[in-house]
Amino acid sequence: MTRSLSTLVASAVALLLLATLPLWLGNTYYINVASQILYWAVFALGLNVLVGWAGLTSLGHAALFAVSGYTAAILVTAGHSHLVGAVAAIAMTVATAAVFAVLALRATGIGFLMITLALGQILWGIAYRWASLTNGDNGINFKTRPQPFGLDLTSAPAFYYLALLVFLAAVASMLVFVRSPLGAALRGTRDQPRRMTALGYNVWLIRFLAFLLSGFWTAVAGLLFLYYNQFISPQIAALQTSAEALLMVISGGTATILGPIAGAAIVVIMKNVVSAYVERWNMVLGIIFVLIISFMPEGLVPGVRRLIGVAWRGMRPAKAVITVRGEASS
Amino acid sequence: MTIQRRTVLKGMAAAGASLGVSAKIASPALAQGAPFKIGLMTVKTGPLAQGGIQMEQGLLTFLKEKNNTLGGRKVELVVADTGGNPAGAKTKAQELVERDKVNVILGPLAAFELLAITDYILQTKTPLIAVAAAEDVTQRKANPYIIRPTTTSAQCCHVMADYALKELKLKRAATISEDFAFGHEQMAGFQRVFEEGGGKVVKKLWPPLVTPDYTPFIAQIGNVDMVFSGFAGSNPVKFMRAYADLGLAAKTPLMGGWTFMDDALLKSLGDEALGVLSGSSYSSAFESESNKRLVAAMAKDYNSLPGGYASGMYIGGMCVESALAIAGDKSTDGTAFAEALHKIKLEESPRGAFTIDARGNAVGAVFVRKCEKKNGQLVNTVVKTYPNVSQFWTYPEDEFLKNPVYSRDYPPAKNLEN
Repeated sequence: MTRSLSTLVASAVALLLLATLPLWLGNTYYINVASQILYWAVFALGLNVLVGWAGLTSLGHAALFAVSGYTAAILVTAGHSHLVGAVAAIAMTVATAAVFAVLALRATGIGFLMITLALGQILWGIAYRWASLTNGDNGINFKTRPQPFGLDLTSAPAFYYLALLVFLAAVASMLVFVRSPLGAALRGTRDQPRRMTALGYNVWLIRFLAFLLSGFWTAVAGLLFLYYNQFISPQIAALQTSAEALLMVISGGTATILGPIAGAAIVVIMKNVVSAYVERWNMVLGIIFVLIISFMPEGLVPGVRRLIGVAWRGMRPAKAVITVRGEASS
Repeated sequence: MTIQRRTVLKGMAAAGASLGVSAKIASPALAQGAPFKIGLMTVKTGPLAQGGIQMEQGLLTFLKEKNNTLGGRKVELVVADTGGNPAGAKTKAQELVERDKVNVILGPLAAFELLAITDYILQTKTPLIAVAAAEDVTQRKANPYIIRPTTTSAQCCHVMADYALKELKLKRAATISEDFAFGHEQMAGFQRVFEEGGGKVVKKLWPPLVTPDYTPFIAQIGNVDMVFSGFAGSNPVKFMRAYADLGLAAKTPLMGGWTFMDDALLKSLGDEALGVLSGSSYSSAFESESNKRLVAAMAKDYNSLPGGYASGMYIGGMCVESALAIAGDKSTDGTAFAEALHKIKLEESPRGAFTIDARGNAVGAVFVRKCEKKNGQLVNTVVKTYPNVSQFWTYPEDEFLKNPVYSRDYPPAKNLEN
């Protein structure tokens, strides 16, 4: 009871802080950094569906991210409306995710990783080489951000609120998904795939659906990326982006909801804010990852939770022991 | 680990009212007497770092020489490391404009970084002095806030094609360059002038950006009079070594664009580089007063020879100084400063005299240089100077701009042989 109450209070405070962020953060630049954290977090949450709950590590998600951005950029530049661009981008990405899934789900573990890596590299190659469509290395400039319901998203706070809404929707969908029978079944396929098969579950189908969900949120994040940067080029489809997103998920804590968000925040803040002060920010980021892996192999969020738990019990040893015994005897 | 010089944020606590990009213009930090702020976008991490560090050194050399005062006005430098990718460039541009409120940006290094921020530069009316060579930034997508005092990708390659045809009487060429936009644009420029002048490009090779061994590519070159190359970064070193090892250096002359034989690379090269011809808007051997100062200061402070990136930023600093003199009190107004940048006319610089054309690109000398050994050290000796070379070469501007931008497929290569 107290635990759920404190979670409720913490969520309310976090929501309030996020909603008022442009007011207390002041400088436009920092609001933009916050927007970046939000869309990277959406990407990491999408990837986490596979990495965390399905136990399938994908190294090809940057390609899905880029398919979404490129589809919208190409369509809107060709004169279609933003709505058409956005809907087509998501549909196209989910379809690509389906193709990825059909090919990659023939394997798990390292095999899955290698297939997704190869598929990702193929799409990167297409973005790079098919210059008549993607403008190759020079990329596509995306002239204006969309104006949903006539709202102008040009300013930093306006874009931040769009990113926040999308982000909250992503978090909500994850909460629902984790608690749903499908979410439970997915975790089952991760931990005991053969038992799940024996119980009559279609393991392949469950993983396939998880891939589509992951692809959907990756597509949404890719759109936000395009709207934010107003530019897309093959670099974003490259392996480095996939690896970075994977680092966000793993360092924050797989199979949690807060983990990928924390991971996205760490990476974005390191890349953009700390790099302004510390020349060797890459090294600092590396050290942070090493520390996380050494002391909290389960990831930052579960790790901190565990350490707080240890500290909490350390402060009240007697009482804790009694409660445990009491529970055991009853 | 060095902590970079940074201004403390004054307005951080100033809340919501000053939001939005327009805050930049209204900022009190830009009032008279405040330092003029220069933002340098460079790359200090990753594969492009070598050129990026030269950019910073070139600009620091200039500012040190001027005692951080240009035209009686204190200047302040803010350095940002983009990491060499478009999204990083965008964020760093925002950092410089929105947080540090710089008056002018110098850089970035790579073409795709510059292309990623051109719209943002236009929106925020921030003047920018580019070194990245992307053709269209000063051509079909010219931006009134951007000037480029160095060269476009193909500007020096047009010259090299002319030199190969007229001075060396070469007729059959192979081209080899990295498979990315800068390489495509350079090779296309060479091919256009070379073929229109009666030569034939019979082979075009495109190794990937990261190629551990060039031998298989060099083996495909075949029977040609010359090889033209556009490699950049540290790739030329690897390529020239493989080219000499296979015994081609003695038989088939090697030529290249400016990055292929950048002066900064000379210390990494050996005898395999002797005789290589390159076209560049800069030569560290150029005899001008400012260039002598630049070379001496770089040798003293950094123990290195300035190449195109260092001189480009030194010249960028001179452009800022010159534009400050033209714009005067209006220098902090982005539009006025950008207009002033287009009006500059430098009589004396490390690359000699140059002007800026209506689309923002430099019109100035291009040197044909030959790598030689003098006193045991490699130097790029100037063998011919083409004065007043424009980005459009000898073509009329409007006719040039009617064609698509140079690419891997344009102009089409009609003389390829197997």
